[in-house]
Amino acid sequence: MMPRDIQGLKRRRAKDRIFSAFIWCLTISCLLVVTIILYYLFKEGISSINWALFSQNPKPVGETGGGILNAIVGSIMVVSIAAVIAIPLGVSVGIYLAENRGRKLTERLAVAVDVLQGIPSIVIGIIIYVWIVKPTGKFSAFSGSIALAIMMLPPIIKNTEETLVLIPRTLKEASLALGASYFKTTMKIVLPGGLGGIFTGCIIGIARIFGEVAPLLFTAFGNPELIFDPRKPVDTIPKVIFTYASSPYNDWHRIAWGGSLILVVFIILLNAVIKIFERKWRVQF
Amino acid sequence: MESAILRTENLKVSFGNTLVLKGINMDIPEKRVTAFMGPSGCGKTTILRAINRMHDLTPEAKVEGKIRLHYEDVYEMDAMQLRRNVGMVFQRPNPFPTMSIRENVLSGFMLNGIKLKKLEKEEITEDALKKVALWDEVKDKLHVRSTSLSGGQQQRLCLARAIAMKPEVILLDEPTSALDPLSTSKIEDLLYELKANYTLVIVTHNMQQAARISDMTAFFYLGELLEYDDTKKVFTNPKNEKTQNYITGRFG
Repeated sequence: MMPRDIQGLKRRRAKDRIFSAFIWCLTISCLLVVTIILYYLFKEGISSINWALFSQNPKPVGETGGGILNAIVGSIMVVSIAAVIAIPLGVSVGIYLAENRGRKLTERLAVAVDVLQGIPSIVIGIIIYVWIVKPTGKFSAFSGSIALAIMMLPPIIKNTEETLVLIPRTLKEASLALGASYFKTTMKIVLPGGLGGIFTGCIIGIARIFGEVAPLLFTAFGNPELIFDPRKPVDTIPKVIFTYASSPYNDWHRIAWGGSLILVVFIILLNAVIKIFERKWRVQF
Repeated sequence: MESAILRTENLKVSFGNTLVLKGINMDIPEKRVTAFMGPSGCGKTTILRAINRMHDLTPEAKVEGKIRLHYEDVYEMDAMQLRRNVGMVFQRPNPFPTMSIRENVLSGFMLNGIKLKKLEKEEITEDALKKVALWDEVKDKLHVRSTSLSGGQQQRLCLARAIAMKPEVILLDEPTSALDPLSTSKIEDLLYELKANYTLVIVTHNMQQAARISDMTAFFYLGELLEYDDTKKVFTNPKNEKTQNYITGRFG
């Protein structure tokens, strides 16, 4: 009996080792892809990072130089307005879902959020085009913001809900037992306890929409000039990348690489911010 | 009976189709410690939570009959007003984790939107923490998060949080069941002192605890009030056979 047992054991151990190696290889290859992308992006993009890129508007074809100041301002404007719209809305829905578990409306709402997450961004762009751009008769930064706000909602709602569900019921009861209203309990006890998760959801939402171009094609459209008015069409960084990368001009390709690098660095920074605040606002229950 | 501050009249509580309290009539005397005792599932926590209307939060809970606080039906009162008058301490210590020790003591005022001057805040904090014998342990670290305290300290902080609002009645739902024996005896000493100023109602699993600190003891069994009398009488000469069996440890 003994020898056979040991033989079987050896085979099992070998299988185990192969499996571990397999997992390790896949993990490393995934990491490798990210590293290569980043390396390539830095290699191509770093040469186009200069002061002009941040301080100048694009130059007409044929003239060298120029930058994407208009698109940086446009992106910040479109995303900021989207965040102002989506964050209160998303957090409210998240609170509702967390506070009203087991109700029919809650279940339907949760399904709706999942569906919303799955709607392709181009479709949202078209819908906003039909709803807002067509009736108003013009492309605008604001219509782009609305499209992006819709795209931001699912991560904000889900993160808010998932964080708030973890807050112990006894804390809410403690607050209510002191004579607090439901409103005060939510604002002063529930929300502060979930601040870290809600903040994370908002940042994930912003990161998700910052690189979007599809919903903006029919809404914010594009504009080579520096615009601060949300009622007018604006350029955004992803839109500039899209246009410039598909152009036949070498100079424009260079700027597209620069824009890509800015986008990616910004996303990395956002991720760092999430990590810092998650740690800082972690609440021990 | 001497002046009753709380009175229940045919109080019934059901969750869905399950009748948990089957018509309770009792008077709870003012400035005394009243203990609710009984085996698990007897309804003692349910009646406690009916007094400050915590069942309002549970959609399937239904409360029938009356509970009177100073002859006024609590289910006719404003729930927030009632709860300000009837404080509660829970089974597990539950200080607000995002707040400091000081903020926890003052949280009742903050949550009710009552603005206090700096001096008032200091007075209330010191007074409440002294009453729960926590002042000396935390006076140098009032600004640190409440969750850094030990379980027993946290529970005394929760008691201080309730006391700070100067309620007439304090409901305690097995306040020592999650604590070690030393912390338990500290809390018991406190309750004994607090009855000079407050009416205390305590739910407990622990018979010795009921015998040690309460003036009145109510014995619940399967949603009914089987025995309710002076603690001494209940423990030395119970009228009901079930009470006797429970006290002598034959079931429960």
